[in-house]
Amino acid sequence: MCGIVGLFLKNPALRPKLGGHFATMLIGMSERGPDSAGIAVYHDPAGPGASKLTLFHADGGYPWREVGGQLSEALDAEVDVIHKANHAVLRVEASAEITRAWLAAHHPEVRVMGYGTTMEVYKDMGPPAEVAAKYGLAEMAGSHAVGHTRMATESAVTTEHSHPFTAAADMCLVHNGSLSNHNRLRDWLGRRGLEFETDNDSEVAARYFAYRMSEGASLDEAMEAGLKDLDGFYTFTMGTNDGFAVLRDPIACKPAVLAETDDWVAMASEFRSLAHLPGVAEATIWEPAPGVVYTWSLEGTA
Amino acid sequence: MITVDLAETGLRDLNGRLHALSAETNERAWKLVNPLGQHAIAAGLTLPIEVEIDGHVGYYCAGMNKQATVTVNGHCGWGVGENIMSGLVRVRGNASESAAASGHGGMVVIEGDASSRCGISMKGVDIVVGGSVGHMSAFMAQAGNLVVCGDAGPDLGDSIYEAVIYVAGAVSGLGADCVEKDMTPEHVERLRALLAKAEIDADPARFRRFGSARRLYNFNVDHADAY
Repeated sequence: MCGIVGLFLKNPALRPKLGGHFATMLIGMSERGPDSAGIAVYHDPAGPGASKLTLFHADGGYPWREVGGQLSEALDAEVDVIHKANHAVLRVEASAEITRAWLAAHHPEVRVMGYGTTMEVYKDMGPPAEVAAKYGLAEMAGSHAVGHTRMATESAVTTEHSHPFTAAADMCLVHNGSLSNHNRLRDWLGRRGLEFETDNDSEVAARYFAYRMSEGASLDEAMEAGLKDLDGFYTFTMGTNDGFAVLRDPIACKPAVLAETDDWVAMASEFRSLAHLPGVAEATIWEPAPGVVYTWSLEGTA
Repeated sequence: MITVDLAETGLRDLNGRLHALSAETNERAWKLVNPLGQHAIAAGLTLPIEVEIDGHVGYYCAGMNKQATVTVNGHCGWGVGENIMSGLVRVRGNASESAAASGHGGMVVIEGDASSRCGISMKGVDIVVGGSVGHMSAFMAQAGNLVVCGDAGPDLGDSIYEAVIYVAGAVSGLGADCVEKDMTPEHVERLRALLAKAEIDADPARFRRFGSARRLYNFNVDHADAY
């Protein structure tokens, strides 16, 4: 059992309070996932030509500032480092590709949790309330966020196997369920040059959707293609730089509920996570239908 | 009217109070506010009391209900009225999966849409849905009536026994051994009574009836394709 949540703000006036509402949603899924939690927040974009990376090292005392200094010198670019527990957010006046390549060459011990211009990703062990507090989630402004709370039933509680899984710039996926054809899909994607960091089935789904979009598919088209190619049980919630998507498998055994008002769209495994959102009493609330792609876009809202 | 605020009172305290009522109680009208999506609200009631819930509830609301009338002014999570024995459960919003699952008697009314597997394994309950139902509704339904004023999703009535299904809208597909049957004057009258009891305004003449072809009751190798 796990819990997943997603919040997408249609009304920009609510953005300063994204983190506050989202933290309450995440904590609402504590009983479905008390062991660890992961979040991706679309927050405070980097400027033109710049990028933002969330990095992880198990050692809370890792010398992030030194790494930032080396990076700045090597790329001859300004680097800003924010250190939060065992994560660091780097803002770099260079592209994410160049930065990732430099990190892989010089600091392979550092894991890239997320990259792009906007998304920040944090994953940590402990109850969701603890994780939310540790990374200051409640204070984060932004447009949208997705999260996952884990109840470990089959494998160790590690950040490597934690959601959200990211597979492209500003793209992330949370998954409740299990895929049965992930080995074959991993081979199929591997033959197309994709590399994997874990043996996790949800990572395969994330990379699958990223691959489809890299081939030119829209968010909707990638999700539609997933309905044909992914076999198993899933409720997915996905974030992109300006989009938000929810998809359930055609049998729909894994729970999900959607709520929508003029101001926001929210999804959760259970309504408990939505119960405190502003205006939820008057929201349209429904269970997303099996095998139906639901997407929302920021276009025109900013 | 006794009002209980579930933002302040614990769920177990509430259900404990409801379960402790005696048959002679005067505390017969209850209003619950701030349900906050909690699970198993007003489950296991056994007396003819009235419980009205203002807001959205989680799983198994009014499960195992006997005699009580439970009204939800909001959305319900999975399994509302599951295993209902008697009484009435009314949802004024939409309901998630498995509404009235395994219900033995009484009535469950969903004024909005019900999701997948509505009335799965129903054993005598009457279910009236003002909107549509999702896929695999009335799966292995044994007895009772499922009335759908809107549309029905795929695999309606798969492996159905003696329950009766009435649908006013489109049916996207029937499950194994479920077939359309004649809508006789007798069925129109039965349906009229169900709609009246459910206080749902719909014309019984618009409905079609579905039920079991009874080919799967005993294993017959000639029917293997139908399983």
